[in-house]
Amino acid sequence: MESNFDVASIRKQFPILEQKVYGQPLVYLDNAATTQKPRCVVKRIEEAYFSHNANVHRAVHLLSQQATEAHEGARVVVQGFINAAESDEIVFTRGTTESINLVAFSFGEAFCREGDEILISSMEHHSNIVPWQLLCERKKMVLKVIPINDDGCLLLDEYAKLLGPKVKLLAITQISNVLGVENALGPIIELAHKQGIPVLVDGAQAVAHRPVDVQALDADFYTFSSHKIFGPTGVGVLYAKRFFLEKMPPYQGGGEMIDQVHFEKTTYNQIPFKFEAGTPDFIGTAALAEALRFIQKIGMDNIHAYERQLTDYALKELGKVEGFQLLGNIPDRHAIIPFQLKGIHAYDVGMMLDKLGIAVRTGHHCAQPLLERLGTGPCVRASFAFYNTTEEVYRLAAALRRIYKMFN
Amino acid sequence: MSINEIQDNIIQSFDEIEDWMDKYQLLIDMGNSLSPLDEQYKKPQYLIEGCQSRVWISASYKEGKVFFEAESDTVIVKGLVYLLLKVFSGRTPDEILKADLYFIERIGLREHLSPNRANGFTAMLKQIRNYALAFKLS
Repeated sequence: MESNFDVASIRKQFPILEQKVYGQPLVYLDNAATTQKPRCVVKRIEEAYFSHNANVHRAVHLLSQQATEAHEGARVVVQGFINAAESDEIVFTRGTTESINLVAFSFGEAFCREGDEILISSMEHHSNIVPWQLLCERKKMVLKVIPINDDGCLLLDEYAKLLGPKVKLLAITQISNVLGVENALGPIIELAHKQGIPVLVDGAQAVAHRPVDVQALDADFYTFSSHKIFGPTGVGVLYAKRFFLEKMPPYQGGGEMIDQVHFEKTTYNQIPFKFEAGTPDFIGTAALAEALRFIQKIGMDNIHAYERQLTDYALKELGKVEGFQLLGNIPDRHAIIPFQLKGIHAYDVGMMLDKLGIAVRTGHHCAQPLLERLGTGPCVRASFAFYNTTEEVYRLAAALRRIYKMFN
Repeated sequence: MSINEIQDNIIQSFDEIEDWMDKYQLLIDMGNSLSPLDEQYKKPQYLIEGCQSRVWISASYKEGKVFFEAESDTVIVKGLVYLLLKVFSGRTPDEILKADLYFIERIGLREHLSPNRANGFTAMLKQIRNYALAFKLS
């Protein structure tokens, strides 16, 4: 594969990839679930704990000042990474799930009432379904769903029909965690905005694979998780336009998020702190910043181009495997390949791949409604990151050939 | 043969195989040889739902012994079901309830018992004991 991108030296930054499982070199193809961490990220965690571990924002001493600088510096790095207009629009959370729950609660409190509607799509992860169902139950609202066609693509005509004065928000994924399809967010968001409907974008599967510019997208909310972009677990990001953050009430109460506390009346801190109750994971945010800098050094455009080549190669190689059945018919897949081996349960395929050293995900991938719609049942998902190689793809294909024979 | 003698036989047949893939090939062959469950039992009341795979199990009680029939939608779990039935089917409730099930761990298939696998297998073990208890008390 041609590229100005040296995968061998990149792999050296990820010690976990060097190991063997069941006597076989590990082939890690479950990157859509979580990504591995480069040395610099783990080193940053160690450095933070060993040199400037102190609670942020409050104390007058030096360590606290250093910890605060690292934490707030991370906010600026995230801002730059997704091109937000200002760092105050970056709220740190525990992950995409919490980011969406925060919006479902606080936006719901400020902007929604009985009879209103929330619009989502048929290909959402459970994390972008259930928080809205909870909101709809709480406020006696209605959840509407944009349908997809048999190929797995959104029906944009149907989407347009669903928009209307009752719709208070559209919550939609940028890239499907099962199909790898990217939704045409440009026209989708434009159409919603024409009717004054704000849009939340679930970027969990997008940030590690393509450049993201929230201002160019004109997303009102954008969410992602650190652990899916080579950063530590337990940290997430909510980007929201200042307008919404200022109008929305706090999600949780506690320290950090307050201005003045009196038993009669408490006033809240400014954004983004209003939404960050309690001690934040300031070590995690510093390490996330390190991960983002690591990616920026390699270049998101380079990563995107390499992964596109790798995905195309995989589709070609796997397509030659007897019994290989690809899910969905999508022109352009982002590093995710969902499939079945004809006549073999996904669980059996996954178990045998594991014994051959290959880690994939099997099941419904937290997107049961999507698999029901496609009528396929459980499937296997191979998902790539920029440290995966054509050799690994070749090993996956060879393993699938072997497994197909074992069961037939 | 006692329950433990059957378990020891199973352990021996897996011990003779070194390669992981060959162990699994044996399990797959066992799964494929499991007689299909009568359709009348493939109903929700016999179903043990796992996150990834499903198991159906029914039991009958004849002359003081419990007979199990079961099936799964995945072949590997069917192989495990085959082994479990070999150990437990045709035993008295007391034998089942007192049994120390050690063969799965010894043949290196402990991972299937981990809750993470979500294959309905651990729930099936519980169900076997529940049936035994129910028949004992009846």
